[in-house]
Order: sequence, then structure tokens, then C-alpha cells
Amino acid sequence: MGTYIVRRILQMIPVILGATFLIFAMVFALPGDPVAGKCGERPCSAAYRAAFIEKYNLDDPLPIQYGKYVVNLAKGDLGTTASDTPVADQLKLRVPVTGKLALMAVAFEALVGILAGVLTGIRKGGFLDNLVLVSTLVLISIPIFVIGNVAQLYLGVKFGLFPVTVTSSNPTFYELLLPALVLGSLSVAYVARLMRTNLVENLRSDYVRTAISKGLTKRRAYGLHALRNSLIPVVTFIGFDFGALLGGAVVTEGIFNIPGVGGYIFRAIRVRDGASVVGSVTFLVIVYLVVNLLVDLLYGLLDPRISHD
Amino acid sequence: MTEAAVSEAPTSTPEGGDSAPARSLASDAWRTMRSNPLFWVSSVLIVIFTLMAIFPSLFTSTNPTEAILRDARVRPNADAWFGRDIQGYDIYARCIYGARASILVGLLTTVFTTLVGGIVGVFAGYVGGWTDTILSRLGDVFFAIPLLLGAVIVLVTLPATDNYFYIVLKVVLALVVLGWPSMARLMRSSVIQVKPNDYVQAARALGASPWRVVRSHIVPNALAPMIVVATINLGAYISAEATLSYLGIGLQPPTVSWGVDISAAVVGMRTTPHMLFFPSLFLSLTVLAFIMLGDVVRDALDPKNR
Repeated sequence: MGTYIVRRILQMIPVILGATFLIFAMVFALPGDPVAGKCGERPCSAAYRAAFIEKYNLDDPLPIQYGKYVVNLAKGDLGTTASDTPVADQLKLRVPVTGKLALMAVAFEALVGILAGVLTGIRKGGFLDNLVLVSTLVLISIPIFVIGNVAQLYLGVKFGLFPVTVTSSNPTFYELLLPALVLGSLSVAYVARLMRTNLVENLRSDYVRTAISKGLTKRRAYGLHALRNSLIPVVTFIGFDFGALLGGAVVTEGIFNIPGVGGYIFRAIRVRDGASVVGSVTFLVIVYLVVNLLVDLLYGLLDPRISHD
Repeated sequence: MTEAAVSEAPTSTPEGGDSAPARSLASDAWRTMRSNPLFWVSSVLIVIFTLMAIFPSLFTSTNPTEAILRDARVRPNADAWFGRDIQGYDIYARCIYGARASILVGLLTTVFTTLVGGIVGVFAGYVGGWTDTILSRLGDVFFAIPLLLGAVIVLVTLPATDNYFYIVLKVVLALVVLGWPSMARLMRSSVIQVKPNDYVQAARALGASPWRVVRSHIVPNALAPMIVVATINLGAYISAEATLSYLGIGLQPPTVSWGVDISAAVVGMRTTPHMLFFPSLFLSLTVLAFIMLGDVVRDALDPKNR
């Protein structure tokens, strides 16, 4: 187990380096004036320009620029934004918000998705099964920005069930509830369908038949054997989705005015604040890789045949 | 003359082989699909939207960029079936003309991700060893970057332009750069499943070249999961294009596209919901058609689920 984790962490290093280099090259190798628009409605002074180029090592060739960046990164320094605040401080403000939102969305998709998948998988072909299949299809095909805006208009503005937008930098559970439902709505459909397909396949398998013929109750045979084995692909998906939701919440965050990581990176890309972009994406990549490692370790709990020794 | 007859013969056998005792996987899948009503619903929708993309003038004679400001934001009526938007454009015409951008982005992205991902996947899965390790890690690098943010970075990096096809290609490129690893993973895992089969070993033992083994034994047998995911992804990519346009990064206003129109309509959602409803409906129906087709194809190719 220990050696497995160490090996996996070592394997992460080239991936982190590769991903940051990719983003770094795209953001910093941009053609055009690096200080354009940094000084408001007038051209930047020569002193500012020199200081800026000095600070981000823009005179060096790209590999050296990147090398200097990585050395700082290894020391835990994510760099400073164009407005001279450390990227790490910006992330510290925003990661808890997005983290909370993503966790709520993932909890929603896991609970509702797995429940819907189990209920439909056990009674394949029934009314509930068809209802869930059709409604998940519809849910998948409507783009998230339409779902978000419509939900905000009806549930927030017209019926007043939920707060319309988030108004504080430290939003409450209730304020984030509607955004989390919107954010998780697409994944809930995927989880339900994935769960159903796997359960249907496992219910027909030999070990379930054996368990039933040994005299186990259906509840125990399904719940203990079939369900547990069907969960592996679902857990993989949910783990992958958590990483994706952290960075992919740009649209939802925009609609509900949530001060999160997605919107921060999006704005940074638009104003070409390179250090913010590279720092935050690096952070997201690391989170994604760590979550994937945790998911792989979870397999061992679900299926004892998978061991990491 | 004789050559044409010879080359014709093998292709016609599987098609007309309904009564033949042994059916190929493809003809078996085709029989299953034909009896599924969802297959026909999704196919008809796809044919309609594809026609719309290629020949928009078949469906409307109105110019989608003809602004009648006097009638701006008018509700659906006999003159303009879907009403008019804030610029006085006919929404019905814009829905018809908007199909092209979405279908083009979806189709091209799917073709390129499938090609790049498929080739990398076959290579990694068949050769194995170091090649596999390096290609898989390379895929991880792209896979670890969030799709939407990565696409935004690519799009902002590429120089801006007004050329329609260039803008579409930019969006395609952004989605392909970040989308190929999932295809490569899928192909790699199915190649690894097919590789140890007896018929592959037999072909190798008989001295078939690696290229021949891959082409006539590995790829045909490992292709099914990829076809299914590619069809479903086509819908997802259309959705992603609309999201990028919604964020103001993808296609830009003089271009007629559903994403652009939805983005413009969201602002006035409370007073003029028809401006949002019709482009969203067209977009959702297209995505739905492709996802439904993917489902049908999967059920047909995977007899386990019957």
C-alpha cells in the first residue's frame, strides 16, 4: 500500500510538470505586448515595463522562464497576480467557496444518481425506469447555462424558494444549494445511467444467482453483492467529476455570482494575467490527481480482489 | 467490367444476408437498431438538422441577418413564426442558419478526437511497454486540465479573426486538444482486451505484419466502444461549443449560431422568453438526437444489455 502510494505520487510529477508547461507556454508565449492594458487607459511607463519584464523573466527564453517558475513552485510559491497580490492568497479566498459548491454538487449527484440508478436497475423496463431514462436524456441535452438561468428565474426570482444570487464572500449552505443542484444536474443524469447499466449487468451474473440460491434474501444479495460491485465505475466517475467541477463551474459561478475559482481563472485568462492562470490551473491539476489517487485507493474497499500491495 | 463485378460481390453479401445463417456483427447490430423506434426518431432528427446545416435555404427564405428594428422583440406571430430578437432578426431563420456552426463543430471535433485518440490508443495498447507509459502520461497531461478552462485558454491564445471557418476551426482545435485523451484511453483499453485473443495470436504466428494484425484484427474488434462514445460525444461537443459562445469566447456575433443567440437572449429572459426558448430548443434537440443515437448503437453492439 505504502509503496503503491509513493509510486503513484512519483508518477504525478511528470504530469504536473507537463500540464503546467502546457498552460505556461500558451499563456506566456502569447504574441503581443505583455503589459498592454495593465496601466489603465494610457501606455505603461518604461520603468513599469522594465520592472514587469524583470519580475516575470520575460527576457529569458521560454524554457528558462518556465524553469524559474517551477523552482518557485517547488518552494510553494505560486507567483503573484498582475495586481501584485500573491496567487496563493487569491486561491485561499476562493477555493473554500468552490470546494463547498463542488462537494455539495457531488453529494447531490451521488445520492440522487445512485438511488435513481438502483431503483431503475432493479425494476428494469418498468414505468420508473422509463421515466428516469427519458428525464436523464432530456437533462443531458439541455446546456447548463440554460438550466442555470431558467432555475434562477423560476425558483429564485418568481417563486422565491432560493436566494437569487450569492451576496457574500463566504456563502451559506442555503445560498449555494440552488447553484449546487444546477452544477450537479448533468452529472446526476450520468451517474443514474451508469449505475443502472452496471447494476442490470451484475444482477444477471453468476455470483448473484449463487447468492440467491444459497438462500440469501434478495435484499442482501442485491445490496451486498451486486450493488458493491456495480459501484466501482460509478465511484470512478464521481471522483473524476469532482475534479472537473472544481474548475468547470465557470458558468454556474457566473450565473449565481459566486466568488469561486472558475470565475477567477476565467477573468484572469481574459485580462491575460498569466501568473494567476498558471498558478490556479496548477492547483486544479494537483487536486484532480490527488482525488484520482484516492478513488483508486477506494477500489480496494469496494472489491477486495483489487489490492495495491 | 469483370473487375467491377468482383469488387461488388463481397460488399453486397452482408447487406442482403438477412436469410443467411451466420450474420456479421454489423448486420446483426443493424437488425437490432432497425426495430428500435428511438433509432428512427434520432435518425430523422439528425437528417433534418444536417440538411438544415448544409442547405438552410430549404427551410426558410428569410435572411437571418436582416434586421427589422421596428419589430424588435416581437412575440411569435404569423409573419415571424418564432418572433424576433432584440435586433429585429427573425428567430426562425436564425435557428435554421445556426445549425451549421453547431453541427460543423460537433462533427469535426468528433472526427479529429476519434482519429487522434484512436491512433494513439491503438499504438499505446498494441505496442505496450515504454511507448504505452509515455503516451498514457502524455494523455494524462491533457486530461488533467479542465476542459472548459483549457478550451478558453486555447481560444484566447489563438489570434482573433472574422473568417467563419477559421473561427469554427479554432473552437474545434480547442476541443480536440483537450478531448483526445479520453478517446485514447478508451481505445487503449479495448485494444488491450482484444490483443490476447487466439485469433490475434494466430495471425501473428502465421507471420502477419503488425500493420496487418492491427488493421484487420485489432481495430475492427476494438472499435465498438469508440463508435458509441463518439456518437454521444458529438452531442456533448455541440453543447460545449454553445457554452463557449455563451461565455463570449467561441463564435462571435456576426456569426449566426445557437450559442450566440442564447447568450444574447439570456439577458432579457424575464420579458422575452421566446428569444431564449427557440434556439435552446433546437440546440437541445440536436444534442438529444446524437445522445439517443449513441444509446441505440450501444444497445445494438452490446448484446449483453438486451
